[in-house]
Amino acid sequence: MEETVALELENLSKHFGKIQANKNVSMSLKHGEILAILGENGSGKTTLMNMISGIYAPDEGKIYIEGNEATIRSPQDAFKYKIGMIHQHFKLINVFTASQNIILGLKENTVNMNKINLKVKTIADKYGFNIDPTKKIYDMSVSEKQTVEIIKVLYRGAEILILDEPTAVLTPQEIEKLFAVLKKMREDGKSIIIITHKLNEVMAISDEVAVLRKGEYIGTVKTSETTTEELTEMMVGRKVELNIVRSTPVNPDDRLEIKNLSYKNKDGIKVLKDINFTARGGEILGIAGIAGSGQKELLEAIAGLRNLSEGDIIFHNPKKDKPVTLYHKTLKRVKELASEGAFHYEGGLQVDFTGLSNDQIKKLVNDGKIIFNEDEIIDLRNKTPFEIRELGVRLSFVPEDRLGMGLVGNMDIVDNMMLRSYRKGNSVFLDRKKPSKLADDIIEQLEVVTPNSHTEVRKLSGGNVQKVLVGREISSAPKVLMVAYPVRGLDVNSSYLIYNLLDEQKKNGSAIIFVGEDLDILIGLCDRIAVMSAGSIIGIVDGRTAKKEEIGMMMTQVKHEEATEAING
Amino acid sequence: MWITFLTGAVDIGIALLLGCLGETITEKSGHLNLGIPGIMSVGALGGCLGASLYIDWFGNNVVGLFLILFCILMCILFSVLMGLIYCVLAVTLRSNQNITGLMLTTFGCGLTDFAMNTPNFINSSNVSDASKYFINWLPFKDSLQGLASLFFGRGVLVYLAIALAIVAGFVIKRTRIGLNLRAVGENPATADAAGISVTAYRYIATCIGSAIAGIGGFYYIIENSSGGVGNYTNIPNIGWLSIALVIFTMWKPILSIFGSFIFGALYKLPTSISGFGVILSMPQMKIFGLLPYVMTIIVLIIISALDSKENQPPASLGLNYFREER
Repeated sequence: MEETVALELENLSKHFGKIQANKNVSMSLKHGEILAILGENGSGKTTLMNMISGIYAPDEGKIYIEGNEATIRSPQDAFKYKIGMIHQHFKLINVFTASQNIILGLKENTVNMNKINLKVKTIADKYGFNIDPTKKIYDMSVSEKQTVEIIKVLYRGAEILILDEPTAVLTPQEIEKLFAVLKKMREDGKSIIIITHKLNEVMAISDEVAVLRKGEYIGTVKTSETTTEELTEMMVGRKVELNIVRSTPVNPDDRLEIKNLSYKNKDGIKVLKDINFTARGGEILGIAGIAGSGQKELLEAIAGLRNLSEGDIIFHNPKKDKPVTLYHKTLKRVKELASEGAFHYEGGLQVDFTGLSNDQIKKLVNDGKIIFNEDEIIDLRNKTPFEIRELGVRLSFVPEDRLGMGLVGNMDIVDNMMLRSYRKGNSVFLDRKKPSKLADDIIEQLEVVTPNSHTEVRKLSGGNVQKVLVGREISSAPKVLMVAYPVRGLDVNSSYLIYNLLDEQKKNGSAIIFVGEDLDILIGLCDRIAVMSAGSIIGIVDGRTAKKEEIGMMMTQVKHEEATEAING
Repeated sequence: MWITFLTGAVDIGIALLLGCLGETITEKSGHLNLGIPGIMSVGALGGCLGASLYIDWFGNNVVGLFLILFCILMCILFSVLMGLIYCVLAVTLRSNQNITGLMLTTFGCGLTDFAMNTPNFINSSNVSDASKYFINWLPFKDSLQGLASLFFGRGVLVYLAIALAIVAGFVIKRTRIGLNLRAVGENPATADAAGISVTAYRYIATCIGSAIAGIGGFYYIIENSSGGVGNYTNIPNIGWLSIALVIFTMWKPILSIFGSFIFGALYKLPTSISGFGVILSMPQMKIFGLLPYVMTIIVLIIISALDSKENQPPASLGLNYFREER
């Protein structure tokens, strides 16, 4: 096919206040081509795309479409030039059907839903989408919502499609489906720009790659003639080691035992079925599985956020040879434990409180003289979420909308740090010194892009918000750290920073449970990997010897008993 | 006896229906307009002023149709002005919607109180004269008996209200304008990205809603109270009840026709029950007066217990929209 230019950018610049988001960016997109745009978080990819699709107006520079200069001042103008953008955060109305969302804002006056549904179906069939035009958005999965967004721009006759991080929230299977669709569109002569952080996806789908760094255009290379290393170097500006550090576990001890755990959700559906595993201190336990296989419910059950129907969660508090404190235990409880023979004095003598007054006991405890004989064994099912947190079991869950769980958008970074520590301290006034130090540390360590630590979190870009959230949870030096999708939407460099932080925590003796999407990462980082499917654990494999294909197979397996159940039922 | 009770229920129900309809249209655009009681008061003031002026000007040769149109026009003019105040504050200046609405209620009720008590501003005998044209607009009204009179012997605004509710229900559910309006109330950012002018839709929906609610206030004086201007002090109660009715009918104009009759019956119950041989003391009557609100609370409980994604208030109700906010 003859290569003709569909879209050309000439010296586009845009700044917000003092921040230069794009500087003299010139690049071009050919007909029937998939162009990947690569860049770190905050390198101006989304801003650039927003200028093409009419959300922002460029300060300087020109856009040419089919060789003619185009003035794009609104999304309507963009549609006029047959440009359609699929945003990272879907712009859909939940209580409307797919079709209603698709025709929203179009000018024709008659609404013949049957005709529209038919047209939607035709477009869907042409590119191999699977969609029910009359389904309401709130009943849809993330990937279905994305399908609606894509059909929305196709319905408007778009020839140039821009997808902003379309794979960030999809499962591997859904990503494959999406890529198949994109390839069909390419064959159909459509030009596609795709923004993504994942280098393997860039290599898999794109024809050319354009790289941005700090708002500036670095260059375009043919995908077939480049390597991931070269691309990373272009993106970051220096050589980056893309090796995950995996230290050898030192004396792993059982930390968290999950026994026969089952959970029914409020609709009475068994979301977790007879789960058994042990997480060990000084080890990273990976959890692999298709999204929605029960990972979220499992972590929340451990954190005390869900009422279990069956099973035990046994926490081995590593207290052996450590002094007891009155912070976690009442005096009464300390006395009880002493009578059960749980403590010894520094010298090794058994503790016996008979004859001592309460004040004397208090003094002994506060001086750190009373020491545990063995690790404490606690059943977490009887504890409140707050008690579980205080015991050192931490959950860092990165939801699809990063602000949803764990951060308050209108508060600054320091105050968000304080959400975890405001109960500490003895005075009625808040102590901001430590949280602010912590905030500064996180900003420095994780390279958070922010004017200062007193910036409201909602003003940060998505990737940076996430660094703040993950950084805070990791920093508390927990005994059990549960992280789910900690690198969702982060660029390569930041992702590796997070992996290394997790490994540090492992060396410090934390038991880490890591729920991930990318199998390559799971295999590279985890010591053991538990594979979940439909609420059950199919098996636990060794991270050092496991094969990707093996795990992939297990992810789609259904436990035997259920399979027979399904046949009988 | 039943006929009297039902007639009374329908009559007061229509005032509630108009208020509820106005608020429903407004809320569909994402505006929680708590100024409805004030707007209904001011609408009544405008209509009464129209009636008073018209009869002053034309004295003995009043043409019924023109009188009705002029009064409604004045009523709409006054109510839309109130709606515009709300829009300028809440849309253009992005003030808090709750405070803006409450301010409008205070202002509207106060203004009406002031105007109604100003000597020679409104000629109350003119208003009660005008009310005859509204109530007896159908020439055959006097020949109707019983149920026939309940259905076909009502004032002109009763039929207007029901027609408006049906039209509003159709427009919101079936037309592109309705789809766009709901989109604005659900998710203004999405609507904006789809090229729908959020500002225009919010201004227009709020002004139309105010006009309809204002007619409700005027209806209460001119038809339900037979032109008794002094009854204006009751309008705020009806306004608050209409807002409760919006929730009761789950933002559905067609449902609001029936909902308003139920509320109307409950509203009339304490005073009409003596006709059925039950004598209530004053405190008992007050307790009965609470029934509509109790019903609303029950509906709210049922809605949240069902946890349905439908039948919910517009998702962006009460939230102002500003494109460049992150």
